[in-house]
Amino acid sequence: MAFLEVKGITKLFGGLTAVDKVSLQVEKGEIVSIIGPNGAGKTTLFNMLTGVYTLSEGEIIFEGKIIHNRTPQEIVQAGLARTFQNIRLFAEMRVIENVLVGMHINTHYTFLDLLFRTKKFRSVESEKHRTAVEILESIGLKDKMHNYATNLPYGDQRRLEIARAISTNAKILLLDEPAAGMNPQESEELLRFIRGLRDKGYTIILIEHDMNVVMNISDRIYVIDHGKKIAEGLPAEIANNKKVIEAYLGRSE
Amino acid sequence: MKEKLSNLSNRINAFIESNKKIVYPVLAILILGLPYVGSSQYILRIIIMIGVYSMLSLSLGLVTGYAGQVSLGHAAFYAIGAYVSALVSISFNLNFFITAPIAAFIAGICGLLLGLPTLRLSGTYLAITTLGFCEVVRMVLLNWESVTRGPLGISRIPKPSFLGIELTISNFGLYYLMVAFLALTTLAVVAIVRSKMGRALMAIREDELAATMMGVKTTYYKVAAFVISAFFSGLAGAFYAHMIRFIDPNTFTFDTSIMILSIVILGGMGTIGGMFLGSALLVSFPEVLRFLQEYRFVVYGAVLVVMMRYRPQGILGGQKKTPYKLPKGGG
Amino acid sequence: MVLQQLSNGLTLGMVYALIAVGYSLVFGILRLVNFSHGSVYAFGAHMAMLFVSMQFGIIPAFILSIVLTGILGIAIDKMALAPLRAKKSKGIAALITTIGISYIIQNVLMITFGSQTKFFPKLFDFGSIYIGGVAFNTTQICISGVSLMLLLILSCVIRYTKVGLAMRAVEQNQKAANLMGIDVNFVVTFTFFLGGASAAIAGTLISGYYQIVYPNMGFVAGLKAFSAAVLGGIGVLYGSIFGGLVVGISESFAAAYLGGSYRDAVAFLILIIVLLIKPTGLFGKKGITKV
Repeated sequence: MAFLEVKGITKLFGGLTAVDKVSLQVEKGEIVSIIGPNGAGKTTLFNMLTGVYTLSEGEIIFEGKIIHNRTPQEIVQAGLARTFQNIRLFAEMRVIENVLVGMHINTHYTFLDLLFRTKKFRSVESEKHRTAVEILESIGLKDKMHNYATNLPYGDQRRLEIARAISTNAKILLLDEPAAGMNPQESEELLRFIRGLRDKGYTIILIEHDMNVVMNISDRIYVIDHGKKIAEGLPAEIANNKKVIEAYLGRSE
Repeated sequence: MKEKLSNLSNRINAFIESNKKIVYPVLAILILGLPYVGSSQYILRIIIMIGVYSMLSLSLGLVTGYAGQVSLGHAAFYAIGAYVSALVSISFNLNFFITAPIAAFIAGICGLLLGLPTLRLSGTYLAITTLGFCEVVRMVLLNWESVTRGPLGISRIPKPSFLGIELTISNFGLYYLMVAFLALTTLAVVAIVRSKMGRALMAIREDELAATMMGVKTTYYKVAAFVISAFFSGLAGAFYAHMIRFIDPNTFTFDTSIMILSIVILGGMGTIGGMFLGSALLVSFPEVLRFLQEYRFVVYGAVLVVMMRYRPQGILGGQKKTPYKLPKGGG
Repeated sequence: MVLQQLSNGLTLGMVYALIAVGYSLVFGILRLVNFSHGSVYAFGAHMAMLFVSMQFGIIPAFILSIVLTGILGIAIDKMALAPLRAKKSKGIAALITTIGISYIIQNVLMITFGSQTKFFPKLFDFGSIYIGGVAFNTTQICISGVSLMLLLILSCVIRYTKVGLAMRAVEQNQKAANLMGIDVNFVVTFTFFLGGASAAIAGTLISGYYQIVYPNMGFVAGLKAFSAAVLGGIGVLYGSIFGGLVVGISESFAAAYLGGSYRDAVAFLILIIVLLIKPTGLFGKKGITKV
């Protein structure tokens, strides 16, 4: 069985089928991209994977355990963390605090510990702050850790979202259009960083529009259109797939 | 004007931060020495009331300022604390230092019962249900005459006594008791705010869904904050009852809830210092500006409307220029 | 006895429905619970009383109060809420603003008219009608009738007129409606006018029923109407009507069988139960979280 096994998941909104019997397999240490035209159901798929939406049908199995009936909090704990298409940082909190919220589930002390500032509290807090600074350093935001998230430039905000997802100790990162709105140089840098994450052992699922990015970075690609999976394969296969070209450019006849 | 205000608050923050070793001891001496500097009973009473409202607004601040949930029922917890402490101390002849924690505890339980059904939902439901709760509590106080003595209220509530000495305003006992209670509340709120719980609450305020996706159990933290908030409001109520020695259902109305909310908004949501400043301003203003007495409630309402439009972060709120304080050995 | 309570409850319920509709309309368009609605209702009742005392006659007083209160509704939006929307403030800012406005209106009424309860002439009093041995009060029949008629007119406006169509469009998707050439600002203004006007009608009817007016009257009435709106599913018009009837009837039965002192607590109890069991209300649609 694959690391993450998605079996025929479906999402109905009233009469509308947003995602229709989609199956995916993701292996450990892969970068898998999900592409498709606007409104194809990619983000809905992410919402199903992370527990925002309940499934109408199908199963999601991660490391051999069923996770689709769990709360979003339990799914993060299990090891799936995400970023958002429309950046959703904690705007009026500092950069480092955003990362510390990401570490929330791994910060273990009791209410009494925090109330009485026990030794345990102090050591856990300083350890978590150290880790947070390390994560920010790795993504190039250490100099800006005192800034408020809302004041960061756009590209930095995207990176901070990734940093926040990493800090949950996730095994799989679901990145929803991480390069959106970046200039070519920034997105090149981001690609390098994402590859670096894979080399460190992270598994990455990516939603992306920019074909350049997708073809460059993906180990495998799934193509979704009108809620259905229409193709899957290696980047080279997808690039020459007739159905995919039709979905993107329309039928030629 | 706006710029000046935030510059000023930033400069004050920076000054306090860099001169901590001097500022805090001086402040402590000032606070402890205050009654001896020729204050009249009248002034002292006002200062004690500022303390009571600081406790109330610190507790509401945790819910509204940090977690972003509006509660209009804090007068109810204040009332519950006052009534429970007064009734227990009279019926069982118990000392204030035993009845006050009991009162706070019961207020906390009421907070739990109210918070559980409402805090799962969006913020508005909390605002309205707490408003309704406030009304129901008043109804019970008015009508459950066998226990609460109804509209007559409870009189001759015993003064707090410590080691056999009755604490009054004239022997400064009540003042120091207030300082102790307020210090306790402040320390607890600061401890909560500067921890993973505080960060979770702020994350909920900023973006509840994103907080959920980071694994924050949002309902749990909102309810926890609400219960703690109710606890300290109850404690403030107990203090008030034994200080004034007479309470009736009209002591704790919607007006009180609005005043507490106005303090939080004026002082600055998500600040500690703002709660003291806001209390000082709004408690003393009807005393200083007597001619506005009739309009005081209109002013509280106007504070809410005007601040939301022109300075939603309040006097001391908003982004700080001082760097984030890393813990020792962190980073 | 039972029939008598039922008829009391229906009368109250129809009026609560009229107030509840005001919450629902604004919530539908702005996703905002307009806290000031209760005091707008009290304002309407006071205006009616003022004009009646100035010898305008009941009907002109009624109409003047409706118009003035409708304008108050618009003023609230234009002066306090529209600037927040323009600044894209957070939801909590609008909520706190309406709380502040509610409080200002209530206290201005208190300063202007005094906090004591004042007499209001009885409306539609034509004695009682006996059907099968049960006395039906004409005041009650007329109040229910007028409320029902207004609710019907209101639903027709929303259902069949151009502006109603625009309201429904804005409710569905503000951005798209704007792109289709709908003047969203006008729709919001119109909605606030409708809310204010219906609150004034409800305020006048209830004042004529109980024959008293006082500045805090909107506080509890607002709470009850909100409970009614939530029970029916806030944002759903017929839900508000149903909710209003349930709240009104249960209140009058509670008053009869549990004693008058706790009658106002019933609505609150209903609200808590709804929130525990089905927070979207009986007819509410489940919203889709957009991520």
